[in-house]
Amino acid sequence: MQDTQQHHILPKGSIEKETTTLNLGPTHPATHGVFQNILELDGEKIVSTEQTVGYIHRAFEKLAERRPLYQITPITDRLNYCSSPLNNMGWHLTCEKLLKVKTPKRVDYLRIIIMELARISDHLICNSIVGVDAGAYTGFLYIMQFRELIYEIYEEVCGSRLTTNIGRIGGFERNFTDTAFTKLEKFLREYPKGLKEFEGLLQRNRIFMDRLQGTGAISAERALNYGFTGPNLRASGVDYDVRVHSPYSSYEEFDFKVPVGTTGDNYDRFLVRGEEMWQSLSIIQQAYNKIQSLKGAEADVYHADVPAYYLPEKKDVYTKMEALIWHFKIIMGETEIPKGEVYNSIEAANGELGFYFVSDGGRTPYRLHFRRPCFIYYQAFPELVEGGMLSDAVMTMSSLNLIAGELDA
Amino acid sequence: MSLSVDTIKQKLTDKFGDQVFGFDEPYEMFTFEAPKENNLKVLQFLYDDEELKFQFLTDLCAVHYPENVGKELTVVYHLHNLVDNVRIRFKVSTDVKTPDVFTACKLFSSANWMERETYDFFGVNFVGHPNLKRILNVDEMDYFPLRKEFPLEDQTRIDKDDEMFGRGGSIK
Repeated sequence: MQDTQQHHILPKGSIEKETTTLNLGPTHPATHGVFQNILELDGEKIVSTEQTVGYIHRAFEKLAERRPLYQITPITDRLNYCSSPLNNMGWHLTCEKLLKVKTPKRVDYLRIIIMELARISDHLICNSIVGVDAGAYTGFLYIMQFRELIYEIYEEVCGSRLTTNIGRIGGFERNFTDTAFTKLEKFLREYPKGLKEFEGLLQRNRIFMDRLQGTGAISAERALNYGFTGPNLRASGVDYDVRVHSPYSSYEEFDFKVPVGTTGDNYDRFLVRGEEMWQSLSIIQQAYNKIQSLKGAEADVYHADVPAYYLPEKKDVYTKMEALIWHFKIIMGETEIPKGEVYNSIEAANGELGFYFVSDGGRTPYRLHFRRPCFIYYQAFPELVEGGMLSDAVMTMSSLNLIAGELDA
Repeated sequence: MSLSVDTIKQKLTDKFGDQVFGFDEPYEMFTFEAPKENNLKVLQFLYDDEELKFQFLTDLCAVHYPENVGKELTVVYHLHNLVDNVRIRFKVSTDVKTPDVFTACKLFSSANWMERETYDFFGVNFVGHPNLKRILNVDEMDYFPLRKEFPLEDQTRIDKDDEMFGRGGSIK
């Protein structure tokens, strides 16, 4: 009786007018990084959103203006820290383009192995986190052991795991050891089984599909207008991949497919990333076969012969006069760096990672700008989630793979 | 690659005459400039033309050249024709006193945040931008940090106690 009376007190239509403001972030577990979403909610439905970014801005572009080239590599580590080697390689390739350094085939293949491993480690985190946000923790805990295998390979090659600072201008700081290849073989042997099992957990799971299908969708046209690249663009059905369109590091010799989606929703993004992991595995296998088929001097080279830019090995610095001279010159910034401006991009795990490098001939860049795919596509977030449910917005955030380090530079 | 640099150059000169200049090709990327009043017209032409189809804005940023008096700030657009797979670079320059440049937000949704970032770091005022405010730096900041008049801290300074940062206390 009382209920009916209360109902009459409220003015007509008042429920529809009320909205709640909800702060999702900057330290909310669902954001998986430091950024804020201010959501205007009508019940559980999102009316409007606004994002705040920049919480971990570290002025990379300004810092880079005082650092010689080899000191910028550790800065790039900290962009997308789920796949640091990709950023490192992107930076080395940019420098090599500016300095006109030609790398030997073996270096290209070794780089491809490292880059594709990084792509797998990035995608497997993203996809398993999508699972976590949907309430399926198992896949995440299970698949993490394979990231460990990848990190062990990094460790064997460069000594570190997360922020790798891997490689040098012209190649690698040291040759891959036999252990590194043994670990790679182990990964290639074990990962397909693990990935298959992971897919078995989620891909055709009815609940999971219901949560992902039709949410956070964007059309190909809008995605292009918003500057989407990488798996998020391909999920909308545009087959743009830097590895195919502007091949670098001998990608043109490899045989792989570029998976595309149709609707650009969370499920398509999940599927595209899943398929890309299979393609990456095949690329790694091809690169490994190519390395094994190299003969003679080619089979042992791990850096280009460019003493003016390639930091010599430490033991040579102490024992060889030339190495000592070049080491000194590179560290003191006395090697010639050409004037000019160059834009170079690679297919990073989140899309086109670009470096716009303006050089005035000095030892440091005059200006260095990073094209960070995350930063560019995150602005589409309101369009993706408005009108949808709050819990779907959380899924959309994780399936876009937003990495705060890359977002904020 | 069916679209050649000569075609682009020809089309631009036919349409804009001497309003487009500075043709160059550093590291195989076609680059040109235009006066800042014409930036939208050029971008729109590149977008709409049936052959050119530069409909993807890859990157937008600025560079500060303090010694170029009257043209201190340069806004750089990297455009991509995804059909023919051609990239070009387009620049407009503005003086630092009145750094007004028209916004490209209407044409490219992606320009929104990139322009906010450029404003944040260089103070380029994008006329017509729907929400031109700082994005990565704090709102209270009263300078534009990537301009060249703001040098990074002098690494040899000794008037600061850096003990907590592992550099030993220099002030006793």
